[in-house]
Formats: sequence, structure tokens, C-alpha cells
Amino acid sequence: MFFTASLYISLGIFLFGLIYKVSSWFRLTLDGEIEALRPGKRVSASLKGILFTLFSRKILKLVKTFFFDVLFQSRILRESLLRWVMHGCLFWGFLLLFLMHALEKYISYSLFKDYSPTLNPFLFLRNLFGLMVMVGVGISIYRRFFLKVPLFTNRMDRYALFILALVMLSGFFLEGVKIGSHTAYQSMVEEYAVTANEKELSVLESYWVEKFGVVSSRVRGPFDREILAQGREVHEVACASCHSRPQWAFISYSLAKGLKPLGGLLDRVRFPLILWYVHFLACFVGLAYLPFSRMFHLIASPLSLLANAVMDSKESDPANLMTKQIMELDACTHCGTCTSRCAVRIWAEEIPNLKILPSEKLGPLMAFARAKNLGEEKIRNLQEGLYLCSNCYRCTGVCPVGINLQELWFKGREALLGRGIPEALLLSPLSFYRGLRREDLEGKIYEKPLSVIRRALEDACTGVDLQASLLDIQKADKCFKKDLGLSDWSESSSFCFTCTTCSAACPVVRHYPNPPAALGLTPHQIIHAALLGFSDPIFKSNMLWSCLGCYQCQEACPQGVRVTDVLYQIKNMAMERLKIKSLAETRS
Amino acid sequence: MKLALQRCCGTSIYLKQYESSTDAVLKALGVEIVDIKQFSCCGYPLKNFRYRAYLLSSARNLALAEKEHLNIMTMCNCCYGSLKHADQIMKDHPSERKEINIVLNREGLEYAGGVTVRHVLDILFTEIGIEGIRKKIRKELGGLKIATHYGCHLLRPRQVAQFDNPAAPAKFDDLVEVTGAKSISWPEKLECCGSPLWGINDELSLDLTERKILDAKRSGADFLCVACPFCQLQFDRVQRILHSRRGTKETLPSILYTQLIGLALGIDGKTLGIDKNEIDSTGILRYLS
Repeated sequence: MFFTASLYISLGIFLFGLIYKVSSWFRLTLDGEIEALRPGKRVSASLKGILFTLFSRKILKLVKTFFFDVLFQSRILRESLLRWVMHGCLFWGFLLLFLMHALEKYISYSLFKDYSPTLNPFLFLRNLFGLMVMVGVGISIYRRFFLKVPLFTNRMDRYALFILALVMLSGFFLEGVKIGSHTAYQSMVEEYAVTANEKELSVLESYWVEKFGVVSSRVRGPFDREILAQGREVHEVACASCHSRPQWAFISYSLAKGLKPLGGLLDRVRFPLILWYVHFLACFVGLAYLPFSRMFHLIASPLSLLANAVMDSKESDPANLMTKQIMELDACTHCGTCTSRCAVRIWAEEIPNLKILPSEKLGPLMAFARAKNLGEEKIRNLQEGLYLCSNCYRCTGVCPVGINLQELWFKGREALLGRGIPEALLLSPLSFYRGLRREDLEGKIYEKPLSVIRRALEDACTGVDLQASLLDIQKADKCFKKDLGLSDWSESSSFCFTCTTCSAACPVVRHYPNPPAALGLTPHQIIHAALLGFSDPIFKSNMLWSCLGCYQCQEACPQGVRVTDVLYQIKNMAMERLKIKSLAETRS
Repeated sequence: MKLALQRCCGTSIYLKQYESSTDAVLKALGVEIVDIKQFSCCGYPLKNFRYRAYLLSSARNLALAEKEHLNIMTMCNCCYGSLKHADQIMKDHPSERKEINIVLNREGLEYAGGVTVRHVLDILFTEIGIEGIRKKIRKELGGLKIATHYGCHLLRPRQVAQFDNPAAPAKFDDLVEVTGAKSISWPEKLECCGSPLWGINDELSLDLTERKILDAKRSGADFLCVACPFCQLQFDRVQRILHSRRGTKETLPSILYTQLIGLALGIDGKTLGIDKNEIDSTGILRYLS
């Protein structure tokens, strides 16, 4: 009764969760509310897409992907043999246990005429599959907690490992204590023994105690050879056809042997029953919580692999692409492959923002898809993390569940930038890749973040006004001079005698008919202002942010001033200033 | 000869033809390349934002190559400039080296300064040599006029780049001419392609690119030739955007040096990805004889 009730409750929660999660694929977006992406339209677009795919030549691709990537998991094998073994053990062990053992009522009994959980090969296979799962869990724990692989283990990862281990261990121990349990033995005798003869029952029990590890208080060894031989005869008639030797359950039997000294006690406190409750309740909790945990990848990951095999960002319906992207966020298993191969992973050592790492961006992106108002600090962090990407596409190439991560970064980045929070990195060469895709963005969406950051820069640098007829040296930034002086790049500045050769050599300066008007300061003026400590006019000058880094000025300087390198350093300082300023604003 | 190849992040998806043509040309010339899987970005994009993050990235790659006892070859001017600059900083500044190595130590790496950074053009010019290449030339590109574009960080700053005379370079021109083509002289030859500002200040970037393209065209060039992914993306992809945004009629296709020399070495156009360039470059096949 309790079993059935809890089964239906957990199944109910599971189904509710499943519907809730799957519907979120159609409800959520990374962009704002766009008419074309209303849930109803997305559902019909996806049905249309699926139908068209199923009745086109792409079906072959789907079949191929299903066998190679979903079942054989070739993408994991390509990355690492150890991980392939780990995941294969978990996947196949768990799947087969689920089909053969958990669903035995529906599958095993109808598939095999003489199925019985106590008979071989099923008795043995249950242990084998269980062992596979445990090996998988073991390798996973080893990789996450002992091997020096760059992995970030979060609450969800720990939960997944815990619930799997709990289900498996409770199962093994349950079988183990049942092997030793006299109560279990007795109930089998009552149900199946063809004899009621006291003597026959006694020799049978002696045989099971001696050979199969039952702990009995009624009969005690050592037994007579004769008695065992008789016991064996009864066993073969009454038991053997439905019960293979328990030794075949090799793990549970070893556990039973270890627990033998406690056998009687465990049986008296009805320990098998307790373990049975633990075992099925752990399974039901796992089932009920599945749609809300990382284990949901069981459903979303194969779909991601299949969808990415046949979808194309240029040809597919934009509504379906958005649906796919939200689904991909659920498909992530947080395995960390993307992060381990990320070309800019090392930046996280210097910039304290974990969201630089691909594997750590998906969770926050999902949170953003759910609620666009994450709060300024979170958005700032995620936005910076998304921008700190060299667009090498390695993450996308290696993702074992085929998520098009690079496209997620692109979509997510633009959605966040649209919130209007200034992003300093837009002024770095990382913007080159954003520029390459400017045709994928509407003009306004493309231009706005650039003007936002330029304005933020102006607002942050109001110290000295160059338009004033008299510059107030009191307002000079003394720290600026000191910081600049620390580097060997800039100590050369003091040799500058303002000959303007650098400005004449600069292709940007040469481009404008009236350089001071267009650029604010030209390179020689920047060097001069830097020596005086007037940082703000430099920070907001167009020249600084229009510097190509082509080193023409530095090559031309007759005094050996490292003009370009100084400009690089000043940009670093401006970024630092912006960051401090924006942090202060967020906090206040 | 065996070298670790630093593939530029920008090539993996936007410029696959640079990878395939480089692989094919180096194979034909007997240069063995090793791909170090753990290589990171060279850090160039952060040089003006977080200098230390840049230095760390480059130093990490240097350390990885040192561990394999290999020198690094780059196929990108910006990777070249960044790695070379970082190498000098690590060699000349013990305090910075110490600090960076503390971070690298966390993944069991350390850079002691035993790696030389080379550009693919440098390997071709210095190690194989013009005569060495000439022996392997199968087809000539006679009559073809090329505007050779060196790119900034191959030449400047001179203390770092050390590839050629930054005011009057000739090595790349020689490498172009060994194919039978003529490397023309053009006033804007040593200017920047404009790519560092693409995405930041697009109008200025387009102005600079347009200026170079027009200058090369007026000087009689049939093609631009480059050896850096950023320059190529600027002259190819961004030139296409230039046409659509400004309605510019004047077109000058740009070809990667590895594609050019690859044709002369007799490698087929498909492997070199001649048809993959956005501005149609297949016209170059007409010059082959």
C-alpha cells in the first residue's frame, strides 16, 4: 500500500516536472518577448520541423546520430577513454537495471517465459549491472575529487552521485541481508516447498545454512555429510528450479558473508524491510526529482544530440532555434569537457569571475532565461564571462551532448548587452568577432552597447576639463603618474620632447582632416598629459580607443618612447578605473 | 624540422582554409607540425584590458611547448607579436617570470625561457629558404600582380618582431615572387589593415580598410596577399560588408600566402580552400601555368 502510494506520488511529481520542464523549452527565451517566438507558435513550428525531418532524407542522419552518439556515445570516447568507460558503465548499467529489474513486471516477465529474479542469468546480471553503475560512480568521484582535472563540482553533481550511490548500495545491502535472513528463507519455504515433512525441512535448512549463507538459530553446523546430501536432494526438487545459487549474486553474497556475524540480529530488527524502504524510496525520490535535477539530461541530452544533427543556424526556423537553445541549457550534464578545452580558461586565474568558464555559464544563462532581472551584479558577471571568449569554437566541438555552445554565448551575450549595463570589454579586440556577425544583428541592437560603454567612460572621467583655458595641476592624478612609472614600458615617456613625430606617423591621426576635433588628444599629447598626470582627458579621448596597436608611432619615435605600449598600459588602467567605478555603483 | 603550431582562435571556424592550406604547404615542404591540445589563446585580445591575463596566456603556451622541447610556430601576426613579446618579458624580467610561473605551477607548468617563437613566413624564408622552395615549385603564377601586405605585428615593434627591416621589408615580397608572381610596390603597403577596430569603431575600421584596398588596386594589384587571419578576415569578410554597407564597387580579392604558395607547389585548389574565400578568389587559377 505504502509502496504503491509513494510510487504514484513520485510518478505524479515526475510527470508534472516533465511537463513543466518541456513546456519551458517553448515558454522561455534568451531574447525579450518577440512576437514570432510566442509559445504557441513555437510548439507548432517544432511539430512542423519534426514532421518535415522525419519524412526527409535527414532521417538517416538521425538514425546514425542515435546509434553513434546517443547509444555508443562516440563523442565521449573521442575526448577520453576513462570518461567513456565511466559514462558507459553508468548509462548501460542503469538503463539495463531499470528495464530488467525496476520494470520487471512489465518487461522481464512478459519477455522471458520463465523469468524469476532469483534465477540466473537475471540473478547474476542484476549484480553485474549494479557493479557497472558503482564503477561509474567510483570513476566519477575519483575524477571529480582526486584527479587534477579542472572540474567544478556543484550541488547538483553531488546530488546525482549521492542518489545513484544510495540506490545501488541499498540494493546490494538489501540483497545481501536477504541472503542471510532466516525470515526470507522461511517465507520462501512456506511459499514454494512441496513438502511439510519436518525432517525434510530440517535437512533442507541445514543445506542452505551450509551452502548458501542463511543464518539460522534452529540448525547449527558443522553438519553431517549425510544430512547435507539429503538436504541437497530436497533442494533440487523444491528450490533449484526457481532459485540459482545465491553465490551468483557475487556482490550481495560477499556482503552477506561479511554480515554473517550480525545475521540473526539484523533479521530480528527487520533490517531487510528497512533496507527495502530505503531502496525503493531512494528510487522514487530520484524519479520525482529527476526533472528538476541535472539527471534531466537523461531526456534532454539525446534530444540535443539529435536536434543538432539536423538543425542549422542558417536554415532552421528561428522559433525552433530558440526552442533548441533553451533545451540545450537543460541538456548540459555539467561534465566540464568544454571548460577543460576552453582556450581562455587560464584567464579565470587572473580575472576573478568563474563565469569565464563555459561549463559555469549555462546555469546562470538558464536563470537569466527564467527571470530577466537577475540583479545588476549577476548580469555584470555573466555578461563579462560571456564576452571573455576568443570564439575558438572548441567548446562546441567537444561537447559530448552536442550543444552548440558558441551560438548560446552569442545569443546570451547580445540578450544581456541589451539590458543596457555598460560592458568595458566591448572596447577590446574581442569585439572583432561581434563585428564579424553584425549582419546577424539589427543595426540598433548592434550599435547601442557600444555607445553605452563610451558614455559610461565619459561619465567616469570628469576630473579635468581640457577645454578650460588654464589646467589645474592640483587636479592631476598623482597615482596615475606613479602607476604608469612602475612599468618599463612607460619610463621611456620622460624622454619625450613633444616633437609630434608619433602623431604624424599615426594612421588614425592622418585619416582625419582635423585630428584634435575628432580624436580629442593625439598620441604625443597623450604622452604629455600622462607625464602631467591628467588621466581623465586621456581615458575619454577618442584617440585612446581608436588606437590600432599598429606600432607606427613607437617605430617612428626618435627618442625611443614606447608610445603604443604606453597607450596599451593606459587602456589597462582605464579599464581598472571603470571596473572600480561600476562595482562601487552596483554596491551602492 | 618539427614545430608546435599555435593555431589562431579565429581560424577554427571563420578561416578553415588557412588551417588546411598551412597543413598542406608545410607537409609539402617537409616541416612537421605538432598540435598541442592544451594550447590556449595567445591572450592578444586582453593585452589592452588585462595585461596580466594576456601574459599568463602566452606564457602558458610557451611553457607547454617547452615541456615538449619544441619551438612554436604561429600562423597569425597577432599571436606572433603576443607570444614573442611575452617571451621577452619572461626572459628579461625575473620578477614577472616568477609571479607568472607561480600561477602556471598550479597546473604543473613552468616557463624557463627555452622556446623560440617563429612565424610561418619566417620558417619558410629562413629554414626552407627561397632556393629550397624554388626547387619544389611545380607551377608558375606568371603575370599575377600581388599587393603584399605584411601586417603590423610581423614587423613592429622592431625589438619584438625581429622578422625583417620594419621600414623596408623584403622577405615576404621574395616569398611571393618565388611563385612567379610580381610583388608590386604600393604606398600603403605597411599600414594596418584596420581589423583591430572592427567591432569597436566600424566606420573608422572600414575607412582604413577601404583606403588600403583602393591604394592597392590603383597600384595595379590583382590580389592582396596576407599571412595573418585578422588581416585576411578584414580584407575578405569585412570587405564584403564594406561593399554591402557602402555600395563600393571596387573589389580586390585577398589570398592567404599559404594558398598562393600552395598553388605554386602544385597542391589542388580544393585542399587550399581557394573557393572558401568570401570575395571570389578562384580567378587566381587562371594565372597558373
